[in-house]
Parts: sequence; structure tokens; C-alpha cells
Amino acid sequence: MRLKKKLKLNIKTVKNLHPRKNFELTRKQIGYIDRSDACQADYDRIGFISGLEVHQQLQTESKLFCRCPAGNFQKPNEYNAEIIRHMRPTLSELGEYDGTALMEFKTKKEIVYRIAHRTACTYEIDDTPPFHVDREALQIAIQIALASKMNIVGEVHITRKQYLDGSIPTGFQRTAIIGVEGEIPLKNKKVRLIQLSLEEDSCREVSDIGHRRIYRTDRLGMPLIETVTYPDMKNPDEVKEACDYIRFLNRSTNNVRKGIGAGREDVNVSCSGGTRVEIKGVAHTKWIPELCHVESFRQWALLAIRDKLTAQIAKANWKCSYVELNPKDFNFYYPPLLQAMERKEKLYAVNLPKFGGLLSHFTQPERPFYDEFTHRLKVIACIERPNMVTSEDLDDVISHHVFESVQQLLHTGEDDAQIIFWAPEADVHTALDVIEERALMTFDGVPQETRKSFVDGTTIFERVLPGADRMYPDTDSAPIPITTSWIDEIRQHVPEEVHTRYLQLKEWQVPEDCYSYLFTHNYYPLISKIVTELSISPKWVGVFFGQKLKHLHGQYKAINFDLQRIYDLLAFLLKEKIDVAIAQKMLNELFLHPNMDFESILTVLKFKRVSKEEILGRVDFLEDKFFPIRKNSIKPDKVNSIMGQLRTISEGNICLEELAKNITKE
Amino acid sequence: MRVDETFHWPINKKETMNEDIFQGYKGEALALLKKYSVRVWGTAEVETSRGHFSGTILPRSENDDDRHIVMKIVTGYNIGIDTDTVLSMKETGYKKANYKIPEKEFPYTQGLPHVKLLGTGGTIASRLDYRTGAVIPAFSPGELYGAVPELADICNLDTEKIFAVFSENMGPKQYVALAKKIGEEIEKGVDGIVIGHGTDTLHHTGAALTFMCQNLPVPVVLVGSQRSSDRPSSDAALNLMHAMTAAGHGNIAEVMVCMFGPTSDEYGFLHKGTRVRKMHSSYRSTFRTIGDTPVAKVTRQGVEPIKPEFHPRRKDRNVTIIPTFDDRVAMLYYYPGMKPDMLHSIIDNGYKGVVWVGTGLGHINKEMYPAVERAKAEGVHQYMTLQTIWGYVHMFVYDTGRDMMAKGIIPAGNMLPEVAFIKLGWALGQTHDPEEVKRLMLTPVNDEITEREPYNGYLVYQGGVPEVEEFLKKVHK
Repeated sequence: MRLKKKLKLNIKTVKNLHPRKNFELTRKQIGYIDRSDACQADYDRIGFISGLEVHQQLQTESKLFCRCPAGNFQKPNEYNAEIIRHMRPTLSELGEYDGTALMEFKTKKEIVYRIAHRTACTYEIDDTPPFHVDREALQIAIQIALASKMNIVGEVHITRKQYLDGSIPTGFQRTAIIGVEGEIPLKNKKVRLIQLSLEEDSCREVSDIGHRRIYRTDRLGMPLIETVTYPDMKNPDEVKEACDYIRFLNRSTNNVRKGIGAGREDVNVSCSGGTRVEIKGVAHTKWIPELCHVESFRQWALLAIRDKLTAQIAKANWKCSYVELNPKDFNFYYPPLLQAMERKEKLYAVNLPKFGGLLSHFTQPERPFYDEFTHRLKVIACIERPNMVTSEDLDDVISHHVFESVQQLLHTGEDDAQIIFWAPEADVHTALDVIEERALMTFDGVPQETRKSFVDGTTIFERVLPGADRMYPDTDSAPIPITTSWIDEIRQHVPEEVHTRYLQLKEWQVPEDCYSYLFTHNYYPLISKIVTELSISPKWVGVFFGQKLKHLHGQYKAINFDLQRIYDLLAFLLKEKIDVAIAQKMLNELFLHPNMDFESILTVLKFKRVSKEEILGRVDFLEDKFFPIRKNSIKPDKVNSIMGQLRTISEGNICLEELAKNITKE
Repeated sequence: MRVDETFHWPINKKETMNEDIFQGYKGEALALLKKYSVRVWGTAEVETSRGHFSGTILPRSENDDDRHIVMKIVTGYNIGIDTDTVLSMKETGYKKANYKIPEKEFPYTQGLPHVKLLGTGGTIASRLDYRTGAVIPAFSPGELYGAVPELADICNLDTEKIFAVFSENMGPKQYVALAKKIGEEIEKGVDGIVIGHGTDTLHHTGAALTFMCQNLPVPVVLVGSQRSSDRPSSDAALNLMHAMTAAGHGNIAEVMVCMFGPTSDEYGFLHKGTRVRKMHSSYRSTFRTIGDTPVAKVTRQGVEPIKPEFHPRRKDRNVTIIPTFDDRVAMLYYYPGMKPDMLHSIIDNGYKGVVWVGTGLGHINKEMYPAVERAKAEGVHQYMTLQTIWGYVHMFVYDTGRDMMAKGIIPAGNMLPEVAFIKLGWALGQTHDPEEVKRLMLTPVNDEITEREPYNGYLVYQGGVPEVEEFLKKVHK
């Protein structure tokens, strides 16, 4: 009797499990905190470590291994021909198929390449062997490797790095090491660099629906460098700092591409007990800290889930069961499920023993543990989302009665959880495998995988992390010797260190908020030239670029004139003995009329040359005219009023500070 | 890149080379390795004037220079170290690599056809030794099953290596041996034969086997690959599946070449061994039937004949093997200003047959005539084929053509130059009687000369015009 009562009670607990409350509770249990509240101690607690792979396209005329133009892009629907390929896994060193390889093969994807004549030739579609490596790209890569304080190799060996997702039609990326073992300085530490490689860029995805993935081949083959750091970063902000530094360093050579997609980062994160997880293709460095933060805690949560599960059952004893459901036996109101049934898809229920309370366990903000299943179903089994519901969905989409029936059908235990998924008949088998596989991985903690990032800092499963044995020598290319004399010649063109420039800007008292913009666009050399050759106050020049130009750049989206014109503009003002303050107004006109000569710009601005004496002569009159409106007038009112009236005429003719001084002289 | 790198015979010498602890190194690099006692496959720390490098020392390709040492660093990449920069080296460990393809038993399935795969030196399926770049072949049924498991759904497979030669080293000796082997296998009762072959001379072998193996009761399918099977986008696996399907299930009992139809992974073509030609150095869809349509389209689902008339599969085992070849045959590709001494030297060297590859409708210059007459007088059989590849030899159109015929050059219709060369060798292997040779040459065994050229037998469209561009966009070429 007592036993029965206890059992009843337990059933009640599971039945009354409130997924949302469970999600919040488990979030607290693992000690998740928002990044804004996190400090180093929090990251030390979970053993946060992170490393980076920073990709940067190089500014070259041609692609890396063929003579197609680099930097020409086609629109998603612009193409002249389509080619279809399927990627097959090749055997690894031990005669085993690589995990990713097998997964990609499981998906049975048909890969379609959209080729435009103007951006691709037969090399891109792997119907012609590679031509000689682009010399210009090689030179830039060496230059950047030198700037990264790396040891330059004696001979460049082109290597094939396998990718079976279809992003490269050959199934591998041609890549080569240029340098190893470098370092970059951060504010408080040095970050070691593993290597810098020169590689060809991959295709851009157009769509990925069901079993068909479409790519554009325009970006394919463009030269790209990848700088890889050691996992030396101990908190999310350091990761961003290191990433910014590498990007600024690349930019400092003036030989790299800018714009969307020209620089991309893969961020590797793990927590202690976790695994290296790679967050792919982060386009903005500002997203990095949040992504790292969330990922480290996701791993922490997965470890907690593992512990909860293994406390109940051993991996060897765990087995899931499933049953096909007849939709007619249930009353479904969930539109995606109803649509799937209209498409004659199959409906299955899977029981996951002892997963009760785990599916709704917190892993990332607004992403419970079951999120790991649904994205694997999409990626591996090619079932478009939504593709499943669970007995622990945060939002009620299926009535509890459905799961009660399912639980009866599957003879489930009280601590079990269930997934109901729908899929085309051909994909059911893979789907069942995927669910079982992921469930079994729960016992091991954190699966090795690459993840796709979202702006909110969360990530989803992208693919299994490729194994180490996917590097093959490229039998199509001969090694390229790098002579010491060539290195010495390139060394002459290595820009000074970003760190040195940073210190110089600081010394010049240029405000720190300017730095990011100045380094991103590599304005330092021009600023330095203006400061040295025109002897204008460094702080003023720094602010002029870092604030005024940045503001207008943002407003007009692009700079459509040669930056040398800014130098010329300031030189012109000096020569004409016009105060440089007017340059700010002139800069705006320069954006509007990029080719207008400076004299004409002054005319547009209705600038008149008036002598200092004449302007100062008006001060007395205006001071007499000043009539305070406020009862207790203060001195600045008067100054502001007069300055306001003289501003237009003064700009360019007299320094405003000097004018102000003359008013207050009285 | 070598297009048919798949078919390079495995580096068997690797076995013996492994004894060499400085594999492939010579000159300065070798001296350096010896000086510091660092072996190939040794893990080493190397101090250089360019900094420190550590990793595993790899063998060096014998054709590369002697000024660099190859190393695999821990990230899996290979680099070279300039010998001039080396300050010191130290071996810290040693791990010799050992590779083989896993063998899984090829399952026997009741009811599936029996296919025999004959290897001529190709590695139909293979993987790359990822450290050295050497190709490790998969050839036994077990190895093939490990690499292309889908084959077990198509047929029951038996394999046999016949030669170990590169495609370009295939020749008369191999054609004869292959033909005899085909005869034996047919007598034993196979349902189809697949021959793995490098792609460079696949069409020569196709022609030779057509002439040597007549009245075939089962399909004989030649297959190769344009991209080695260690590449994920290789055409090898699909070609192999197509070839096995054609050999095991297809109803066309002829010697055929099975390769990609379009460059896309969509379907394969079966080409007659006598009408096929390799038309691009590296494209997957390089093999094209010339002057006609391919025999059939093949997918994993089956063979879909394109030409309604073909030699169907038979239950009997009555095959006619004529394994003869006289290799005293030469090919002369005419070029403007060609001197007669070219032909004279051929005659002087005892050649018995010459296949001319003439310009236009089948022409060579007047200067050559006396030499042509001499060849005839000395019993050298001469046939005319075309540089234009497509079309028929028409020697009646111009006087020069008529002159040449009078002097002893026989027009070979629309026989492809390579096919005429193979056929003349085969014919001369049987007889030297001019009339008999002529009869053999001009009586087609399997469409090497066709009476008609269908309008869709000549398709070399040019890009840039709207209708062709539209076609390209809609159809996967």
C-alpha cells in the first residue's frame, strides 16, 4: 500500500513537471548568469578556455589557383550553368570513415553548384587541375605571417583538407602553411599563434532545403588566410580583444579585403570537462563575447545533464524504443504537424528512458536540451524544422493527452521522456538513428561539433567536428620554395606593429573610442603622415578621422573619394592659411562632391576670407548689443551668444578657441 | 595533376623503400639528416634561422629538389624546411607508418549476377596514404566492398589483377592477354566483365577488345575515373557502380566504355569501344561517342538504351576470340610542310602498316607522293583517317585525293584515327594479303565505320549565343 502510494506520487511528479519552471530551475542549478553579471571568477569556476581561427580574404586580382578574377560576386539567382555533385567519404588513415564524413554521407545530399561565367572556370568545378598558386596572395600571406612574428616555412606544401558538406566541389580545400609559432600582444597578456595558412575560400550557400543544397561558386577559390591561436583566452572579452588585434594586424597591411564576409572567425570554446566546440563563421567580432559566454555554459549544462542521467542508468543498459503513430488516433492541432501529415509523412514516437526533466533542462537562453535533437534531425536527416515535439516542450503545442497515449503505447517508465517526430518515409531510419545517437552522446557529456551562431549569442548544431586525419598532400601541386632573400624583401614592407600604433595614439591623447574605427580602416599611416608632414595637432587629426570621418562614413555608408584627398585638403588649408577647423564642414561636401576642388567647396560653403582683426572688431559691438534674458545672467551666456553670431564668419578665418578668448577678455 | 592518377599502380616499391631510412632524400638534405641522425618517420625538433619547427619527418618525392626537408606538423599540415637555414636537428621519437585498406568480406547474394572485374593496373578504388601522398589501391572484392559498399547491392563480385601497368603503357601484349582472359571468363560462365583501366588509352583498349572479342554473349565494360577515388568528389565510385550495373544487368553484349555522361553526378554513358574518344584532358565527361549517339545511358537503376539496335545478351558461351596483333604499325599525323623522310624512315624501319591522319577530307601534301608509292611497292598498308575527328574521308572530291588512292592510300571511312591504328595492327596480325587486309579493315566489326552519320552525332556547340546558354542553364552538361 505504501509502495503504491509512493509510486503514485512519483507519477504525479513527472506528470506535473512544468517544463518552463524546470528550465528556469536548472538554469539556476548550473549557475548560469548573464554575461553582464559575469566576472573572471565565474569563468574560472567553469574553466573557460577559447582559441580563434581568424579568416581574412586577401586583396588580389586573381583567385588562388586559377586566373578567375577575385572579388566578383554573383546574385543568388544569377548563374549560367548548374552542376550536381555528391560527396563520398574517403577512408581515413585507419581505414575508418571520419565522423563528419559519415554524417555527411548519411544525409545523402545532392549538391548543386551555380556557376556564372564571369566568376568561375572549370577549375572551380573540379574539372581542371590547379594552376600555379597566385604569387601576389603568397606574398601578402608571408607579409602578414611576418607581422604576426611567425617562423616562415622553407617550402610551402599545398595540402588538401577534406570538407564533405559540399562547400568546395573537390571535397577538399587546398591550403598551405606559411608560418608557425607567432604571437600577438593583448593589453594584459600575450596570445600565442599556432600557425598561419593560405587557403582557397569556399562557396557561398544559396539554400539548404531537404536533400538539396545549393551553392554559388563566385567566392570559391578566392585567397584567404587563416590565423590560428592557441587556446590562451580565459574569458570572452579576451577572445574579442585577440580577434580584433588579429583583424587590425591584417588590415594594417592594406592588402586585405574589406566588407561583409571578407573577415570571418571560427571560435573554439570549451569548459573544463567539456570538449572543443567550434562556432563557425562569426561575421562580427562584437558577437564573440556573448557567443563564447553562452557556449561555455551550454557545455557546463551538458555536463550537469550527463551527471543527472548517469546517476540513474549506465550507458550500456540504456536503450530507446519507438513506435509509429497513426495520426488518425490523435487529435492534433499543431499546424506544422498537420501539414506534414498532409504531405503523407510518417509520424513516430520515441521513448528516451530516464530523460524526464532533462529534455527541458537549460542549455542556452531560450534553448532547452531538446534543441540539440531538433537541429540534428534537420542537418543529418534533412528534415525541415519544426520536425518534432517533446513531452517537455516549453510551449505547449501538443496536448498532454497525446503523450499519455504515447506513454501507454511505449510502456514508458515514470522518469522517461518522449519525442514525437515526423519525416518523409525515406528519412525515418536516419531520424531514428540520429535521436538514438544524440541520446547516447548525453552519457559522454559534450559532443564534438561545429555550431552555427545567432545574433542573440546562442548556437545550434551545424555538423560533427571533423577528425584530425583529414589532411592529405595535394598530388596536383609541387612544393613552392620560399627563399630567404624573398622573405627579406617582403620584410621591408611589414607595417609597424598595431601595438606600437596603439601606444602612439594613446600618447597623442586620441580618445580610445576612436581606435577601433582607425584600425579597422587602417587610417593610422595617413594620420601619422599628416601629423609629421603637416604638423597638425595629432589629437585633432585623430579625432577628425576617428569621430568626424567615422560619423560621415556611417551616414553616407561608403567613402567614394581617395583618402589622399583628406591629406590634400588639410595641406591646402595650411597653404591658404585657413584655419583647419573648417575641414570638418568641407569633409561633408567631399562626400557629396567627391571630385570637387577645394576652392569650390569653400565657395559652396559660402566661405569668405575675413581678417582676424575684422572679426575681433565686431566683438565689442556685439557685446554692447548683448541683452541678457535671464535675470541672473552668467558670463558664458554672453560668450555663447556672441560666438553663435560670429561662428559662420569665423570658421576657417580664426580658431574658435582664440575667438572665445577674445570675447572673455573684457 | 595526372588525370588518371587513380590508375597508377600502387607504389609497391614502398615495401622495399621502407628499408631506406632517408626515403627520397638526396644531396644536401640527405647529408643534413645523416649528420643529425634524423630518420624519415622520426619526430624531430629543428632549430633554424627562421625559428623553431617540430613535427614528423616525411619521405621526399624523388623529383623534388635536395634543399628541403619535409615535415608534418602537429596540425596535420606539411611544410618544407630550407636546409640552408637549419642550425640543428634532433630526433625525439620514431613512428613508422603502416597502412592498409580494411578488408570486409564481399557479401554473396543469391540471385544477383556474377561480375568479374579484371584489373590492368588501375586502382579502381583507393585511398591516399595521407602522409606520403601515395595511392593505396583497393582491388580485392573485400577491399572494394570496404570502399564502395553499394557494389554488393548490384552484383556478386570476383576480381583478378592481370597487369600492373599505367594506362599509357598498355599495348598490344596487354590487349592480347586481356582478350584471351575475357574468352576464358566467358567460358567459365560470368554474367559480365568489367575492366578497370586508366583513362588515357581507354578507347584504344576498347577498340582492340572489340576486334579481338567478337560475338560476345555478355557485356564487357571498360571503366576508369577522371578524379582519383581518394577525393570526395571522385567519379570513381559512381563509374564503378554504373559499370557493374551495365555488366551485370544490362542487355547490351558489346565492348563498351562506361564513363560520366555529364560532368554532374547524374548518369553514365555506355560508348561503343570503336566510336569513343577522350576529348578533354581533365573533364569528368571527357569520353564522347564521335559521329553517333552513345549506346546507352546508365544509372544505378539500370541501363537505358539510346540506340535501338544493339547486340543483345545471350545465354550461350560462343565467343570468338581473335587475339592477334602486328605491332609494326605507325600513325602519321600530317602537318603542313611534312617531309617525305618521315614516311621513308617508317618504311626503312620495317613497318608494315601506316595510318595517316590527314587534313580536311583526308589529304597530305604532294611532296609525299613518291614516298607513298614506295611504301605501297614495299608492301606497307596505308589507310587514311581524319584530323577533323568527325566526318568521313572523301578522297573523290579533289584530284589530290584520287591521286593518293591511286598511289595506294585506302580511305577508312569515318573510322577514328586511333581505332584505325588498332584495327590495322589487329588485321596485320592475321594476314598481310592487301585484299584481305582491306576486307578486314573496311568491314565493320561494331560500327567503327558507319553507313550513316545521324545529325545528332556531331554536337560541338559554342557558348555565348542565347540558345546554347539557355541550354547550359537548364541542362546539367
